[in-house]
Amino acid sequence: MRHDALYTILFSGAVCVVCAVLVSSAAVSLKEDQLRNAALDKQRNVLFAAGLAQLGERLDTGETLRRFERVRPLVIDLATGEPTDIDPATFDQAKAAKDPETSRIAPDNRASVQRLPLHALVYEVLQDGELSMAVVPIEGYGLWSTLYGFLAVGADGNSVRGITYYQHGETPGLGGEVDNPKWKALWPGRKIYGDSGRPAIRVVKGTAGSPEEAPYEVDGLTGATITSNGITAMLDFWLGEEGFQNYLRKFQEGPAQ
Amino acid sequence: MTATHTKTLLDPLFESNPIALQVLGICSALAVTSKLETALVMCVAVISVLALSNLSISLLRNLIPNNVRIIVQLTIIASLVIMTDQVLKAYVYEISKQLSVFVGLIITNCIIMGRAEAYAMQNGPLDSLLDGIGNGVGYSVVLMATAFLRELLAQGSVFGTVVLPKVQDGGWYSPNGLLGVPAGAFFIIGLFIWALRSWKTDQVEAEG
Repeated sequence: MRHDALYTILFSGAVCVVCAVLVSSAAVSLKEDQLRNAALDKQRNVLFAAGLAQLGERLDTGETLRRFERVRPLVIDLATGEPTDIDPATFDQAKAAKDPETSRIAPDNRASVQRLPLHALVYEVLQDGELSMAVVPIEGYGLWSTLYGFLAVGADGNSVRGITYYQHGETPGLGGEVDNPKWKALWPGRKIYGDSGRPAIRVVKGTAGSPEEAPYEVDGLTGATITSNGITAMLDFWLGEEGFQNYLRKFQEGPAQ
Repeated sequence: MTATHTKTLLDPLFESNPIALQVLGICSALAVTSKLETALVMCVAVISVLALSNLSISLLRNLIPNNVRIIVQLTIIASLVIMTDQVLKAYVYEISKQLSVFVGLIITNCIIMGRAEAYAMQNGPLDSLLDGIGNGVGYSVVLMATAFLRELLAQGSVFGTVVLPKVQDGGWYSPNGLLGVPAGAFFIIGLFIWALRSWKTDQVEAEG
């Protein structure tokens, strides 16, 4: 069928308008659900890292919110470790790390972190009103991908309580074993800072032994040396001076007020 | 439903399977088949996009100016895909996170444009709808079979339920790492095409 140019333009315009209306109404009407899902997903991962949910457990919305009542999100100043009055509900650390206003170029590091945000979102877990642990975000490069996760640190600011990765693209069965509950179970009880005051915790090749025998070492992932080294590098960076060391130091010195 | 309708619907399953015979949509078949759950959601997404795009393009087929038809088809397909992605994000967030970019990439899945251009532009709405569902299911058959084998052999589970306990978890099954990575899906799809063409020999391409 032949159509003239005017018809073609009008028809294309009409198709664009109809499609645009459909797409934008879908986006607007579903936005609330999507944001709630994203927030819930983050809360679940914090709960897993803190050991407030068992690995593999499926938490529904109500259960997640109920368990999350003990968790207090807090935006801290990364350099000093002091809390700020930035609202944790609206703070987006990934966005802050990209914006030159709220971030700086990260010093050389083996975790391949390019930009460091000035502020960071941490989660403090309370037990009977007392601080029992802090959950801090960690990220760094493995073999194929950046791994994003959380590390839970006890109230002494020096012992690991749990680790979890919520996003990565490592090889299933090799580096992807960071998701293996057995491997994650090796972390609680390990110590972070060595005698020099620097982070000493690392993932070693082979078997490390119990937390008593090898307080600073965790078993490597079989066949995934580069992912294992990436985890060591990201812990070294995020628990060091540039990362959360100043924040965690306050716990080591005594209970926060 | 007449016999022709049944044929339109069922032919793409084995007679003219989009992946096995037409060899379309391979990239997503490699990417999302490491687990049955993600593959299933991807199949539902592709079937709905394919059915709706075929239906709407068929309804508009006599109105679409010939010189801009590909752009119009693409606009409609892209809109449907974005809406599907939004719905997945709102209702099955965790799976949508695993599918990541691959839902968006349905736009570039050759099956969808291929069926719009080759079928929906020439046929009525009912036939086009059936053709869309049929091709979507044909794609899904291959995807689900691939995902079943990959999840079973690489992770020892079916829909997340452990069937073969892995050595890492104290069982006896030593998982096949090759099938865990996307390239492993090539072998399964290759074997599927081989089996299908041994059964239906008219699908074998002429050599030379």
